[in-house]
Amino acid sequence: MSDHKTMTLTLIVWRQKGPSDPGKFETYTAKGITEHHSFLEMLDCVNEDLIYSGKEPIVFDHDCREGICGMCSQVINGLAHGGRDRTTVCQLHMRTFKDGDTIYIEPWRARAFPIIKDLVCDRTALDTIVQAGAYVSCHTGGVPDGNAILIPKPAADEAMDAAECVGCGACVAGCPNGAAMLFTGAKVSQFAVIPQGKAEAAERVKALTDAMTECGFGNCTNHYECQTACPKGINVKFIARMNREFLKAQFS
Amino acid sequence: MILDGKCPTGPIQQTWDKHRFDLKLVNPANKRKYNVIVVGTGLAGGAAAASLGELGYNVQAFCYQDSPRRAHSIAAQGGINAAKNYPNDGDSIYRLFYDTIKGGDFRAREADVWRLAQVSNNIIDQCVAQGVPFARDYAGYLDNRSFGGAQVSRTFYARGQTGQQLLLGAYSALSRQIKLGTVKMYNRREMLDLVVVDGVARGITVRNLITGEMESYAADAVCLATGGYVNVFYLSTNAMGCSVTAAWKAHKKGAYFANPCYTQIHPTCIPQAGDYQSKLTLMSESLRNDGRCWVPKKKEDCGKHPNEVPEEDRDYYLERKYPSFGNLAPRDIASRAAKEQCDDGRGVGPGGRGVYLDFSTSIKRVGADTIKERYGNLFEMYEKITDEDGYKRPMRMYPAPHYSMGGLWVDYNLMSNIPGLFVLGEANFSVHGANRLGASALMQGLADGYFVIPYTIGGYLATVKPGEVKADHDEFKNSAADVKAEQEKLLSINGNKTVFEFMRELGGLMWENCGMARTKQSLEINLKKIPALREDFWKNVKVTGTGAEFNQQLENAGRTADFFEFAELMCRDAYHRNESCGGHFREEYQDQGEAERDDANFCYVGAWEFKGVGKEPELHKEPLKFDNVHLAVRSYK
Repeated sequence: MSDHKTMTLTLIVWRQKGPSDPGKFETYTAKGITEHHSFLEMLDCVNEDLIYSGKEPIVFDHDCREGICGMCSQVINGLAHGGRDRTTVCQLHMRTFKDGDTIYIEPWRARAFPIIKDLVCDRTALDTIVQAGAYVSCHTGGVPDGNAILIPKPAADEAMDAAECVGCGACVAGCPNGAAMLFTGAKVSQFAVIPQGKAEAAERVKALTDAMTECGFGNCTNHYECQTACPKGINVKFIARMNREFLKAQFS
Repeated sequence: MILDGKCPTGPIQQTWDKHRFDLKLVNPANKRKYNVIVVGTGLAGGAAAASLGELGYNVQAFCYQDSPRRAHSIAAQGGINAAKNYPNDGDSIYRLFYDTIKGGDFRAREADVWRLAQVSNNIIDQCVAQGVPFARDYAGYLDNRSFGGAQVSRTFYARGQTGQQLLLGAYSALSRQIKLGTVKMYNRREMLDLVVVDGVARGITVRNLITGEMESYAADAVCLATGGYVNVFYLSTNAMGCSVTAAWKAHKKGAYFANPCYTQIHPTCIPQAGDYQSKLTLMSESLRNDGRCWVPKKKEDCGKHPNEVPEEDRDYYLERKYPSFGNLAPRDIASRAAKEQCDDGRGVGPGGRGVYLDFSTSIKRVGADTIKERYGNLFEMYEKITDEDGYKRPMRMYPAPHYSMGGLWVDYNLMSNIPGLFVLGEANFSVHGANRLGASALMQGLADGYFVIPYTIGGYLATVKPGEVKADHDEFKNSAADVKAEQEKLLSINGNKTVFEFMRELGGLMWENCGMARTKQSLEINLKKIPALREDFWKNVKVTGTGAEFNQQLENAGRTADFFEFAELMCRDAYHRNESCGGHFREEYQDQGEAERDDANFCYVGAWEFKGVGKEPELHKEPLKFDNVHLAVRSYK
C-alpha cells in the first residue's frame, strides 16, 4: 500500500546462462519495496526494471505462490527458502528484511540437481525416486469401499505428517551431503504406516533407496539441516523410520 | 446450429450404466497400437494418463511445470464431495445430483451431473486404496465435514491440503505407469497448438521450455486437461502459469468454446496488498463452517479495530439475508453479498475492500485447540501473508476470481466437436453450470480422469485406425512454423511496455467491467477497449531474449496474447446472455438483489465458433432439458 514506507535493498544474485556456463554473481538494486511485497513479488519488480533497461530478467521457478506446489527454490542468504520457519520462498514476505539490507540469492546447489539457468535447477531426480516405487500398486477401479479397511487415527495422522512434503528439494539443498533422505524417508513412511502400503513396504524401501543412490544424492550424517530447511516441517524421525524399514527389509 | 450433447436417454439412474454398455470396446491386444496424448497433469490429466496407460494405451503426457506433481489442483484446500452418506444424514446420489444442478443455477446437463454424482463414491474408494491420508475419526473411519451449498456433510478432506493429497495420489499412479513404460512423461513443455488433419485431432505442437525448440507429437486422440482461464482477470487465485493458451489454440483450430462468461469469484480470499500483486491466496470455504462473516453496521466503525466494534453494531449479513444456509451460502451468493456491503461503504481494511471472517464465537464454543486442529494451516497461512493473528482478531477477506465453469464444449463422451479431441476437468464446460459448489472441482477432475475417459475414449478409438497420421505430416510442419512465426513477432516488437503491464491493464478491464457484476454498458466498454489494447500490445510490448532459450518473458507474452483474444469472447458471451445466473450476474436482471434467470430464452449452453481474430464468432446452442429436477428459482433463504 502506498501509505507504507518503502525499502531499498541490494541484491546479489547468481546468474548462469546455461548448464555449461560457469555462472557468477551480479548486483542489482531493488527499490520501492514495501513490507507487504512477497519475496517473489520483489523479484518481479526488479525484473520489470531490468526489462525496461533492456537487460535479461532473472529466471526463477515459481507457480502457485501459496506454498504448496513446491516449484519455488532459492537459497537466500545461505538458507534454503530464506530460513523462516515452515515457509517457502513464495510465502516469505519483505517485512522480514529491513531497508538497506544486502540479500544473496542462489539456486539449490546439489550434485543431483544440475542448474538449468540462473536460479532454476533440474529436480527430475525426485520424480525418479517416486517412480521407483513411492506408491501403492493398485489399479484404477476394483478397489474396496473406503471404510472397508479401518486406519487408526494416529496412523492416518502420521501418514499425513509425512505426506505434507511438497517435493521442493530444500532438504537436499540444505544438506551438506546433498542427501535426499528426508524426502525419501517421508515417502517410505507415508506408505509404511498404513495398511494399504504395508504389502509392498520391503520392496519399496529397497527400490527407493537404490534410486536415491543412483540419482547421485548423498547420505545422511545426522546434521538435521533438512528438517530446518523443510517448509512443511517434515520431521527427521521419518529418516529413522526409513532406516528401520530398510533393516526390516533385509530379513523379509 | 443446434448442438447435440449425445446424452443417453431413459431413466436418469440407468443412463451411465447403459451408456457404458453401449460403448464400443478396444480389444486388449489392440490397445497398445493406439497413441493418446494427455496435456496437463492435474487431477483430470494425471488420473487420465495413469488410467489410460494402465489400460494398455501408449500415452504421452505433457506439463509445463518441472514435475507433474505441481499442477494447480494441488492448491485446493477444503475437500472433495462424495455421496457416501457415511454420516447417515440423508445424503444420496440423487441429492448430490440435485444439489449440483441447483447449485449450478440450472445451466448444466442432467446426464453429466448424474454420472458425476454416481462415480463420486468410486473416487473416494480409489484414493483410499492409493494411500491418500484422508482425515479419520478415532475409530478409524473416514471423517466428513459440511461445505457451502449443501445441508449434508459429504466432504472428505486431508488437513487443509486435500488437493495436494489427491494430486499426489494421481501422480503416484502416473509415476507407476511411467516406470512401467506405458506413459512417457514430458515435463517443461507447453502446448502451443493443436494439429488437426482433415477435421480430426491428430496431435500437438509444444515448445520445450528449456531449449525453446518446437516439438511435434502425433496421436490417435488428444486429451486436454489444461485447467481454467481466470488469470484473464490478472488478479486471481490461480497459479502464475495457468492460462487459456492450450484451450484457446484448440478453439482457433475449430473447437467450440462454451459459456466463457461463467466464472467463479471465490468469497474468501486474502485482499490484495498492492498492484504489483496478481496472485491472491484463497482461504478454504470450509472456514465458513466456523467463521462468521460480518461488516460494521455503521460506516464510522469501519476504521476501528474490529474487536472494538460492539456485538450489536455488527451486521452478520449472510445470516441476516440467508437464515437457512447462513454463512454456508453458495460462493456466487456469498461473493456478491460481500461486494454489496463494500459498495455500501461498510467494507473494512485498505480501500474498504474487505469483510471480516470472525472465529470468536466458535472459539468460545469449541475452544481454540479444536479450531486449530480443523484449520491450523489456514490460520498459519493467513498470518504469514498479513502478519495478523486470526485467532485474536477476525480475518479480512475479499472475493477473487478462482475457477472457470465455462470451457471447451464437449459431448457426453467428453469429446469436443473436433473428432479425437477430448477435454477433461476444468478445461471443459460440462457439469458445474453457471456456478460451482465447493468441493466439487476435485470430484470432477478425478471423475473425468479415472472413471469417464477410460470408457469413452475406447468408444472413439474403436472407430479409428491406429497411427494413420505421423508427426512428419505437413500439418505438423505448418503448425510448428506458425507458432514460431508468432514468437518471432513477439520478440521483434521491442516496444516500451512489459508483458506484465499489459496483463495488469487487461485484467483491470475484465475485473471492472466483466467481473462480479456486469452491465450492458460495462461490457460495451470492454468490447471497444480490449481490441484497442490488443492492438497496442502487438505494437508496443517488450519481450527480452530469444526464442531459442529458457525465456519466461516469451512464455508470458504468448499467454497474454491469447488472453487478449479470449477476453473479447468472454465479454461477448456475457453481453449476449441477457439474464443473471450463478456466477454471471447482469445488474439489469435481478429480483431484489438475487440473480434473475430467463429460462424461456437462455436455458441453453452457448458454444462459440472462432471466425478469426477481431471477427464476430458464431453462436451455437445446445438446449438444456430438465426432466428430473424441476426448473425453479434458486433459493438459499
